[in-house]
Amino acid sequence: MQLYEMTALALQKVIKEKQASIPEVVQSQLKRIESTDPKIGAYISTFPEEAMAEAQKQQKILEAGGTLPLLGGLPIAIKDNICTKDMLTTCASKMLYNFCPPYDATVISKLKEAGAIIVGKTNMDEFAMGSSTEHSAFHLTKNPWDTSRVPGGSSGGSAAAVAASLAPLALGSDTGGSIRQPAAFCGVVGLKPTYGTVSRYGLIAYASSLDQIGPFAKDVTDCALLYSVISGPDPKDSTSVMPKPFNQKANLEGNVKGLKIGLAKEYLANGLSFANRQALAKAQAILTEAGAEFVEVSLPLTQYNVPVYYIISCAEASSNLGRYDGIKYGFRAENAESLKDLYEKTRSQGFGAEVQRRILLGTYVLSSGYYDAYYKKALQVRTLVCQDFAAAFTKCNMLLAPTTPNSPWQFGEKSANPVDMYLEDIFTVSTNIAGLPGISVPVAQDETGLPVGLQLIGPAFGEENLFKAAYVLEQKGDRLGLLPRL
Amino acid sequence: MTAYETVIGLEIHVELATKSKIFCSCSTTFGADVNTQGCPVCLGLPGALPVINEKVVEFAAKAGLATNCRVANYCKMDRKNYFYPDLPKAYQISQYDLPICEDGWLDIEADGTGKRVGIIRIHMEEDAGKLTHNDKTGHSYFDVNRCGVPLLEIVTQPHMNSAAEAKAMLENIKEIMETIGVSDCKMEEGSLRCDVNLSVRPIGQEAFGTRTETKNLNSFRSVVNSISFEEKRQIRVLETGGKIIQETRRWDDELGVGYSMRSKENEQDYRYFPEPDLVPIVLPQEKIDALKESLPELPAIRRNRYKTVYGLSDADARQLVFVPAFANFLDEAIAAGATPKAAANFLMVGIPFLLKENNLTENQIPFSPAILAELIALIENNTISSSIGSQVLAELFSQKASPKEIIEAKGWSQVSDTGLISQAVAAAIAENPQSAADYKSGKGQALGFLVGQVMRATGGKANPKMVNEELKKRLS
Amino acid sequence: MRVSLEELAYVAKLAHLALPEDAAAQNKLLDEMESIINLANQLALANTENVAPTAHVLPLENVWRKDEVKNSLTTEQLLQNAPAQVANCFKVPAAITNANEEEKF
Repeated sequence: MQLYEMTALALQKVIKEKQASIPEVVQSQLKRIESTDPKIGAYISTFPEEAMAEAQKQQKILEAGGTLPLLGGLPIAIKDNICTKDMLTTCASKMLYNFCPPYDATVISKLKEAGAIIVGKTNMDEFAMGSSTEHSAFHLTKNPWDTSRVPGGSSGGSAAAVAASLAPLALGSDTGGSIRQPAAFCGVVGLKPTYGTVSRYGLIAYASSLDQIGPFAKDVTDCALLYSVISGPDPKDSTSVMPKPFNQKANLEGNVKGLKIGLAKEYLANGLSFANRQALAKAQAILTEAGAEFVEVSLPLTQYNVPVYYIISCAEASSNLGRYDGIKYGFRAENAESLKDLYEKTRSQGFGAEVQRRILLGTYVLSSGYYDAYYKKALQVRTLVCQDFAAAFTKCNMLLAPTTPNSPWQFGEKSANPVDMYLEDIFTVSTNIAGLPGISVPVAQDETGLPVGLQLIGPAFGEENLFKAAYVLEQKGDRLGLLPRL
Repeated sequence: MTAYETVIGLEIHVELATKSKIFCSCSTTFGADVNTQGCPVCLGLPGALPVINEKVVEFAAKAGLATNCRVANYCKMDRKNYFYPDLPKAYQISQYDLPICEDGWLDIEADGTGKRVGIIRIHMEEDAGKLTHNDKTGHSYFDVNRCGVPLLEIVTQPHMNSAAEAKAMLENIKEIMETIGVSDCKMEEGSLRCDVNLSVRPIGQEAFGTRTETKNLNSFRSVVNSISFEEKRQIRVLETGGKIIQETRRWDDELGVGYSMRSKENEQDYRYFPEPDLVPIVLPQEKIDALKESLPELPAIRRNRYKTVYGLSDADARQLVFVPAFANFLDEAIAAGATPKAAANFLMVGIPFLLKENNLTENQIPFSPAILAELIALIENNTISSSIGSQVLAELFSQKASPKEIIEAKGWSQVSDTGLISQAVAAAIAENPQSAADYKSGKGQALGFLVGQVMRATGGKANPKMVNEELKKRLS
Repeated sequence: MRVSLEELAYVAKLAHLALPEDAAAQNKLLDEMESIINLANQLALANTENVAPTAHVLPLENVWRKDEVKNSLTTEQLLQNAPAQVANCFKVPAAITNANEEEKF
C-alpha cells in the first residue's frame, strides 16, 4: 500500500514507528496530487512548497526527540470557502478569484496547532450553492468512481480528494447536505456536526444559521479523529457551543447494544432508488445483528424541508453576499461609470448564474410585503421541524436514513431546471434546519458499482452515538477499504 | 391666513463611550490615522463573525432606565440591508421589532413652559465607516475606523412643537447620557447626531401633515436653524397650494439651507431579518433592577437639589448640571466645605474661562475640589480679596501648589492693617480733592473711584471693606 | 405563481444585479424563479398558527465579550485585497455626485 492510500491512523503509526518520515509522507501525497488530480479536479490550489517546509520542520522536532501533536505530519485538504491566512481562498467564485485572507479561520488555527499539513484548497459549488460542484467558476470535479459523473456538492472537491487518495483527511462545509451528499457519492465518511460545535469563524458564509464545517475521511475512525480536533467552543463565534468535549475513543468500540434506531416512514416514500432501499435494508440487518433495536418514527413535515431550506438559505445568502461589491476585496468590474454601475457590473460579472438566482430569490422573500409569507413562515415551520425531531428522539437514540434519493448523476443531467437538483436535498436539509448532527457512511453499492452511503442522524450533541453506529455499518458493510482505480 | 403648528420628532444617535467596538475588539478612539482600527469583523471580511460587547448592552439598558423606558427582558439583533460604500457588509446590525428599550419620556422646559416628551424606543446598532469625497478626482475614500463603533438610536414621539423644544430635548438627552457615563456626547466629533422629522398642520387639525426627515445634524445650532428653515418652507409650500413630499433632506449649515435628497418613491426596502450570527439577549428583571440602582443622580433631580439644598437659581442650576464634570466638581467642593454659591460662581465663570485658555476639557480641571474649597475659605475669611482670588485661580492652572502657598509666595495676603490703610486713604483723598468734594456734596459714586485708587496703590491687597469704612469716616 | 418582470426588476435592483437583456434569457430566469417560488409556496399548506418563529436552533443567549481592546489588523493587511486604494484608503467611485442623488441604495 502506498503512503498516500493510507488512512490518517495508519500514517500516524508509520510516522511514529519511523517506517517513513513526515517529508516522505507529504512528498508521496504531493506526487499523487500531481499525477492524479488532473483526472479528478479536486483542488483549486495546492501548496507543495509550504507543505514540504512544514513537513521538514516537524521532522526536525521529531528527530530532536519532540512529540508530535494529534495530527502531526498528516496532509489535509481544505474546502476553498474556509479562510487560510495569506493562502488563496476563492469560494470557487470569480468574485474572490484573487482573495487572500489576512487571517485564519478558527478551524485552520486548530489544525495548524494540531500539526496537520495543508496541501491544498478544494473545489466546490460557487459559495457552496449546489449539489454537484458543477457550479464552480473554475472547473468540474469528477467522481473518482466514475469520472463521467458528479462527485456531489457543494464540498465535491473535498469528498473526491479523500476518495481518490489525494488527501487522507479534508474539511468541508454543510449547509443543506454539502458534506454528507458528496461523501455518499464518493464513498467516503462525512460528518455534519451539531450546529455550533465547530466554529464558523472564517467559514465564508452562505447561510449563517445552517452552515457548519465538518470532516471528511476514508473511515469512521479518521473522521472521529478530525472532528475531535476541530470541535469545541470558540469565543469568536457567538453561536458556538459544546457542552462537553467530544470523546473520540468512546466511539470506536462499535458497541450498539441497546441503542434504539428510528426509521422515519416519510423517508421511505416514493422517489427513493432501489439501491438506496437495498442499502437501508442491509444496514438495518447489520445494526440489528449488532444488538440495536429499530423503531418506526414519523417526521410528518418532511415534505416542507426543501422549501423551508431554500427560503432560509437564500434569504440569509442574499444578505451575506451583499458585501461583494468590488471595493474592499475580490473582483472589481472595469469601466464602471458610477458607484451604482460598479456594484451592478461587479456583482453581475463576478457571481455565477446559480448564485445570482439564489440572491434574487432571497431578496424576493425578504422584500417588503413578502417577509411574513415566506421568511417568517419558514422560521415557523422550522420550529415545527425541530419539534418533530425532538418527538422522534423521545423514541430512539438516532435515525437511520438515506443520504440521497439517487446515485450520482451524469454531468449536466440536472442542469435544466434548478428545482430538480434542489429536490435531491430532501434527506439532508432537515438536519441543518434543526441544527442536528448527521453522518454519512458508505454501506453498499448500486447496480453499476457506484457507492451508496447512508445517513445516521442524532439529537444535538449526539455525535458519539453516531460514530458508534457508523463504525458498525462500516465494518460490516460492503465498502471497507475500497479504493477507486485511477 | 391660516395659523400653523409645527410637529417635531427626533431620532438621536449617541455614540457609546466603550473602549472597543460593538462587535469586535478594535479601538473606538476618535481621530486615529485612517484604516488603523479595523479587523476582519468590522471590515466585513468574508468569514468573520460578530460577538457583542457586554458593555454596549449595559450602557443601552442604563440609557433606557435613565429616560424612563421599559427595558426588555428579551431582545435580539437584526440585519438592515442596504448598499453603501461606508457599510462594508452591506448590512447594518441593528434592532428592528424588539429593541432593548421602549416607552420612555423626559420632561423638558422651553419658552418658559414645561412638557413631557415621549420616547418610542432606544436600540443598539453599529456605526458606519467614513467616506471622504474628493470633488477633484470624482472619487470617494473609505476609512474603516468608525465601522462598528457602538451607537444608540433614540427615537422620540412627535411631541415637540418648536425648535426651542427640540433643542431642550436634545440637551436633556445629552446631559443624561453624559451624567450616566454612557457617552461623551461630543457633537463636534459626531458622537451625538440628530435626525429631525418635521411636519406642519393648521392649528386645530388633528391629522399630522406629511413629514420630512432632515438627516445628520451635528450641532444644536444646526438643529435649531434647520427646524426654522424647514417649518417656514413647508408652510410656504402649503400656502402656495403645493403639497409636501415625504422625503429625506440634507442641511447645509454653512449656507443655512436644506435640500431634498431622495423622495418617497425610492423609499428603502431594508429587508430586515434576525441576525443569525448573534444569539438573543436576555436580561432578567433582577439585573435590570441592579442597573437602575447603579445609576447616578439624574439631571432633573440634581437640578432640583441645587435649587433647594444649595439655594442656586434655576438658571445657575441648569447651567451647572448641563456639564456633569462641573456638577460633580461642585458637589465635591461643597462636600469639602465650600460655600455653594461661591463654588458655583467659580465653575460658571472663572474655571470654564481658564480651561479654554489652557486648551483643557471640562474633565481636566488641574486641581482638586478641596483646593477650590480652600480658596473660597481664604476669600471668605478676608485673607485675600476676591480679585486676588481670581489671580490665585489662574495660578492653580499653572502650578501645583495650594492657594495658601501661592498667596505666600506672591505676597498677596490682604492688608488689614488699620495704619497702612489709613495712610493710603489719606493719600488718595489728598491726590483727588475733586472726588472727595464730589462725595461730600452727595455724589455717592465718587466713593467707588476713591476705593479704586486705594486698591491700586496697595496692589489690590487692601481689605476693601476696611477701605470703604475708612474713606467714609474721613469724608463724613 | 408567476413572478412578474417588474417584480424581478425590483428585486434585482435591490440586490444590485443586472437582469439579462434579451427577452429569451429574461423568460428563462422568470421560469426558474416561478418554479422556485412554487416550491416555496408549498409552505402555505403548513399550519403554523401560534407557532413562534425559530430565533436560534439551540437555546443560546447572552453570548458576549468583555469591553477590551485587542490588536487590529495593520493598514497594509486591511488593504491587501483592495482592488483600488489611495492614501491608505479604499478607493470608491464618487458616492454622491449631486445633492439629489440617493444616499443609500
